[in-house]
Amino acid sequence: MLLLFFMKVCMSVSGIIIIVLVLGFAGFFLSYARACAIVMQGTKMHSRPHYYGLWTFLLIIVPSLFFLFFWNIGSNIYTERRALTHIPYAAAGDIIHQHNLILSTIRNLVNRLPKHSSNMLNHQLNSYASLRDILGQKGVVLDVQGKNYMVPIVIEWVSGLKKLRQTGVIITFVLAIIGFLVGFSETKVKKRARNRVERVILLGLLVSSTLAILTTIAIVSSMLLQTISFFRAVPLSNFFLSTAWNPRFSVMTFDESIGEFGLIPLLVGTLYIAFVAMLFAVPIGLFSAVYTAEYATPRARDVIKPMLEILAGIPTIVYGFFALIVVGPFLRDLSAAIMGGNHAFIMAQSVLTAGLVMGIMLTPFVSSLSDDIITAVPRSLRDGSLGLGATQSETIKRVVLPAALPGIVAALLLTASRAIGETMIVVLAAGVTVNLTLNPFEAMTTITVKIVNQLTGDLEFNSPQTLVAFALGMTLFVLTLLMNVFALYIVRKYQERYE
Amino acid sequence: MSSELKIKMCGLDVKVSYGKKRALHGITLNILENKVTALIGPSGCGKSTFLRCLNRMNDTIEGALVTGKILLDEEDIYDSSVDVVELRARVGMVFQKPNPFPKSVYENVAYGPRIHGLAKSRVALNEIVEQSLVKAGLFSEVKDRLHDVGTSLSGGQQQRLCIARAIAVSPEVILMDEPCSALDPIATAKIEELIDDLRRNYTIAIVTHSMQQAARVSQFTAMFHLGNLVEVGTTDTIFTSPQERRTQDYITGRFG
Repeated sequence: MLLLFFMKVCMSVSGIIIIVLVLGFAGFFLSYARACAIVMQGTKMHSRPHYYGLWTFLLIIVPSLFFLFFWNIGSNIYTERRALTHIPYAAAGDIIHQHNLILSTIRNLVNRLPKHSSNMLNHQLNSYASLRDILGQKGVVLDVQGKNYMVPIVIEWVSGLKKLRQTGVIITFVLAIIGFLVGFSETKVKKRARNRVERVILLGLLVSSTLAILTTIAIVSSMLLQTISFFRAVPLSNFFLSTAWNPRFSVMTFDESIGEFGLIPLLVGTLYIAFVAMLFAVPIGLFSAVYTAEYATPRARDVIKPMLEILAGIPTIVYGFFALIVVGPFLRDLSAAIMGGNHAFIMAQSVLTAGLVMGIMLTPFVSSLSDDIITAVPRSLRDGSLGLGATQSETIKRVVLPAALPGIVAALLLTASRAIGETMIVVLAAGVTVNLTLNPFEAMTTITVKIVNQLTGDLEFNSPQTLVAFALGMTLFVLTLLMNVFALYIVRKYQERYE
Repeated sequence: MSSELKIKMCGLDVKVSYGKKRALHGITLNILENKVTALIGPSGCGKSTFLRCLNRMNDTIEGALVTGKILLDEEDIYDSSVDVVELRARVGMVFQKPNPFPKSVYENVAYGPRIHGLAKSRVALNEIVEQSLVKAGLFSEVKDRLHDVGTSLSGGQQQRLCIARAIAVSPEVILMDEPCSALDPIATAKIEELIDDLRRNYTIAIVTHSMQQAARVSQFTAMFHLGNLVEVGTTDTIFTSPQERRTQDYITGRFG
């Protein structure tokens, strides 16, 4: 009984991973012990013992787990393809769309079958209703809409996948054993285990960095594809030059016009709010950075810096409802009070509200980055200035800040690109009305708000109304990318002015 | 010693501690007008600390505590009525490592006169800058590069630029903290020559690790050891017939 259970665990994917790992550790210790034994005899080995252990460990786990990973992905794809060929032609017609729908229904069914229950399903089971009954007894509720022809496909899918998985597990095990044998037998005086381990580590690091880059490329290119398909439906001039935003969700009316997707009011709103935010964040952030870097005693600095950094840890949604519930109404009431109680010239949702709260959010970024940059200015420059009889504020104004300026500018550009990409605060505090104005007391909307709007709720995925979100996202990406590149350029260019 | 010698600065029982660590144990030392006084001694003996007391640069160091009296023209510079800014304009400083500001050569020299409002006009400022560069022996080398960044000069030129920068505020005393330790022998020779010239108009105190340098440029030498003043006298006396065993040992290279 226990053996049976053990076998079962071994055959599962997580089981084999554990087994391979255990084997790996065993391999490590055996090779290590063997190498130690050789060293104890007084022979000098090429590498230190633990490198032999590590090499065996890597030989055991790397090939086998890689194989397991790709085998499982491959077998999923394979069974899915096979199931696709079994879908009766009559049911699907030749519309790919319909095909996909059926396939996803079947995939759902497969995923909802309880693990290990495939034994229960035998081939006599041929109606969808009986499948529902059996699974219903097990507490799995199925959709009523399934068709009878789906049942054999599901059963074959499940059992096919199971067979492939089992084969994979066995091959994985064999690979691990081979790795163990090779590694252990290679624990010899002249084998260069250290160099090999180092190379594997290098490779691992390389793979991680490539993976990050590839992910970026994948995200950008998928965004680019959707953007291109958006511009197939909507002319460039409509997007870049129009000042009207009216995406027209009424697809059902079969209206000829596709709606208006003017970027300009959104872009202006985005930049305006970011500008107002920077207007608040830059002076406050810079001055507090000057204080913490130049004036504060170490004790005060130890308190103030972490406090400011806590501000950076507050989720932006919290800032958002702070703006919505506290700041917005406060500004509105304040303006009403100024006007004598009858006319509030500041709206609750306004550029000012969003900018102010975003400014609070950005302050710690400005101060923390600037503080690092200011403290990096060499002490000798300060001494030189103080030694000439300059006061502390003269020294800061004329020597320290000019020396730190390129770094500070770069920090401000990074902060500005955050302001442009910020979403939650503007969604809640800036408003959704598209409005092209310069009055900071009115509501305006931003690119990010419109992306959220276009992608929430019921939507059809291939309409320009949805795809515009990708075009907007792309614009945002290009905007922040340019700012970051510019920031890097400035840093590089002026970096070596002091060493 | 002739009677015309005038005491420019005078330390009376100066004690300095950084936090709990005592760096100077009561130094009494005179700096004579229009003379070069060299402060020598092994590393960590307190000579730089003493020098930094002379224009209160120790104020900028966290936890530094100075007691005793330091007189400049018979006036205690640690007295609460003394303005540090004014003091540092009278007692300039040149540091161990050349530290020109990341500004042009001209702006580096004009910095001091500007903050102290010494020049009434643009022309007057140009005059001050030129005179300071001339006095620092740098003018002929940089007259075509006045608007290049100060850090683009060679190390020796940078140090002379720092000296010019100090001269530009017309100090009475110039303190030099190992001004040649980061320079090659040729640049060092030029600075030493310069120091000898400057002595005519300024009072100079210089910290140095080089016995030859002390012998070459100074008229008086003070030997420090472990935060104490071991011996002070004319440079000739100190180098030819020191009274103290420790001085003799240090000068001849037996310790330090």
